[in-house]
Amino acid sequence: MKPRIGVYVCHCGTNIAGVVNVEEVTNYAATLPDVVVARDMMYTCSDPGQNTIKEDIEKHGLNRVVIAACSPKMHENTFRKTLASAGLNPYLLEIANIREQVSWAHFRERDKATEKAKVLVKAAVAKARLLEPLEKKEMPVERSVLVIGGGVAGIQAALDLAEAGLKVYLVEKSPSIGGHMAQLNKTFPTIDCSACILTPKMVDVANHPNITLLAYSEVVKVEGYVGNFEATILRKARYVDEDLCAGCGACADACPRKVPNEFDVGLGKRKAIYVPFPQAVPLKYTIDPASCLYMKYGRCKLCVKACPRGAINFDQKDEEVKVRVGAIIVAVGFKVFDARKIPSLGYGKYKNVITGIELERLSNASGPTGGVVLTASGERPKSVAFIQCVGSRDLNHNSWCCRIGCMATLKQAFLIKEEDPDAEVYVCHIDMRTAGKGYEEFYRRLREMGVRFIHGVPSEIFEDADGKLRFNVFDQTTGHMIELKVDMVVLQTGLEPAEDVEKLQKMLNVSLSPEGFFLEAHPKLQPVEASTRGIFFAGCCHSPKDIAETVAHASAAAAKAITLLSKGKVDVEPLTASVNPEICSGCEVCTGICPYRAIQLMEYEGRRRAKVIDVLCQGCGACVAACPSNAIEMKGFTEKQILAQIDALTGG
Amino acid sequence: MEYEPLIVAFLCNWCSYAGADLAGMSRMEYPANIRVIRVMCSSRVDPAHVLYALKRGADGVLVSGCHPGDCHYINGNHRAKRRIILLKELLRQMGVEPERVKIDWVSASEGERFTRIVKEFVEELRKLGPNPLKEDAREV
Ligand code: FES
Repeated sequence: MKPRIGVYVCHCGTNIAGVVNVEEVTNYAATLPDVVVARDMMYTCSDPGQNTIKEDIEKHGLNRVVIAACSPKMHENTFRKTLASAGLNPYLLEIANIREQVSWAHFRERDKATEKAKVLVKAAVAKARLLEPLEKKEMPVERSVLVIGGGVAGIQAALDLAEAGLKVYLVEKSPSIGGHMAQLNKTFPTIDCSACILTPKMVDVANHPNITLLAYSEVVKVEGYVGNFEATILRKARYVDEDLCAGCGACADACPRKVPNEFDVGLGKRKAIYVPFPQAVPLKYTIDPASCLYMKYGRCKLCVKACPRGAINFDQKDEEVKVRVGAIIVAVGFKVFDARKIPSLGYGKYKNVITGIELERLSNASGPTGGVVLTASGERPKSVAFIQCVGSRDLNHNSWCCRIGCMATLKQAFLIKEEDPDAEVYVCHIDMRTAGKGYEEFYRRLREMGVRFIHGVPSEIFEDADGKLRFNVFDQTTGHMIELKVDMVVLQTGLEPAEDVEKLQKMLNVSLSPEGFFLEAHPKLQPVEASTRGIFFAGCCHSPKDIAETVAHASAAAAKAITLLSKGKVDVEPLTASVNPEICSGCEVCTGICPYRAIQLMEYEGRRRAKVIDVLCQGCGACVAACPSNAIEMKGFTEKQILAQIDALTGG
Repeated sequence: MEYEPLIVAFLCNWCSYAGADLAGMSRMEYPANIRVIRVMCSSRVDPAHVLYALKRGADGVLVSGCHPGDCHYINGNHRAKRRIILLKELLRQMGVEPERVKIDWVSASEGERFTRIVKEFVEELRKLGPNPLKEDAREV
């Protein structure tokens, strides 16, 4: 069939037309071979724009469409649907990217931009002439989801998915779910008790028939693709049989070995056999082999004697389990900035310089001091100074805003004032950022309560002989240097990407932002999707968020996964490789190259010839470029199409 | 007219094409000399495509994919790199400056890196002058 091409050059308001001479490009397009209609359009993606294309397809019998507009990564799917709704195969579309890669990149070189736009349209037309109709295939999906990370994001996502009827595997690295939220005392700005709102959700996770909770486990391998992933999960040995352990704690009572508790950021102690905190889910004890006397020295076993159910098993081994899932939600949270990296602030050197998260533990009723904030010498502090943005908004450390530090400080200042209205509380800040529902109101309340806000942060903190902390800070608002002497300094440390991010990035084949957080497919329109289909992000592993935002983000990720899996099948792109068995010599170069083992040798007219297994092929094209006989063709990126593009781009 | 180098670039869909888009989105400017062909993976690029582009008049060819280890198709970028290194050797033997062909990595978040690579490549090609392999150049 002879190509009949329609070319649509988009103004995109002034986004393109403000730089590129759209009329000139359109007139030029009309002169290109096989072009029967060329139009410029204000907004091609709008309803009227799409309708014009549909009308033209009918009226002019168009069988190819070229759109010169924004990046194909933006609207290729939109326009494919336009074609389909006009009865044209959706793959008979080619896009010339004249916005992101022309008008926006060359906005001060109008003539060159117009020239380049013309050339790109020419190349798109050249490719369009050679396009062929392709059929999408459908593949059945696993109606189950892997959620990695059991903080509030993972918990929320898992519950939403499970409620929608999907099977969920929730994998948490530490012995209990709960994440950072479980460590907090109160939440801002409502001063809700963090545990009271979180623990019921944790219990729901443990009890939900659709959720398999794999705590103290790590994802070590992920294979497959959207709808059909296979994940390998390492279940670390707890040395306690989860089925037998009733969580009574007799073992920990008997255990003679005390070590710092990570959950209390080292402030409190736990035993070598432990649950990290009393409300842990699952409430199963874990032996820490690095501290256990029996595991280190071969003697003790007091826990074995104490356990009424015989649950302790020193022979337990790490175990690998495999699960099949249709989608993956990554919710691995964040890491807190290490304040030791700024030695001048004295953290780790002066006992009364603590971090925000340490203050959470100290003020928490289940924390090491039973909920009373005490200085190192065991007294209630009469004066406390908060230092904001420690490690954040600092080009020497993390450039970004941690987003929660201002509100966390307001909350902690509130708790100190509530406990002792006479305590002096200072907040040394770069700016107070209190955007959020009820946040600004809370800030005002704290000012009214007499908390002093100083517009400046100290660069160095000193300890006096009496154990008090002393520093100078320049207040930009008053223009005065202020000297402060306080009982306690709280460093509000920032958030950074979690340790596992890079490992997961490789495992899942997703991208990271320059800061090291996971990168979403589109900053505005796809805030939870990875660019790899079937993978979604939830919570702080994507960027710093407070609890409310994290929960919303997690529910959004769950909703996206539900949408993906609800139909029971997914479309598979038909952009796959195919072998021409007449030309193939059966040399097997391609079979070794295919990263998905999608090419197999099969009998063809009595000879062994390569054949691509469509559902396995992901469409990279590596085999095509490697085939010595040119027997493999890549649909949508054929040899002829690429050469035609090169011809057009080089002026041929 | 002053010599303006022409670059044909093959960018992989997942990283480098997205990186080039990001450069535009962030209004980072780079020379208009570059013309892009989108491929799904850098491993789709056959050295024959590169040679063909040079023959047809490109002064330089850029192949850019995801950073090592980040290829959307596991290891396509390694294959691309090996092929391009071999091609450069071949070009050397043909008497064509191997610097006319460049392989590099740009991730989806590296708009700035993309602009830098393009700028530098244009400058290098400016120094090299027009491509001797160009078909019409030979005819003259
Ligand atoms: S997908 Fe980018 S190099 Fe393979």
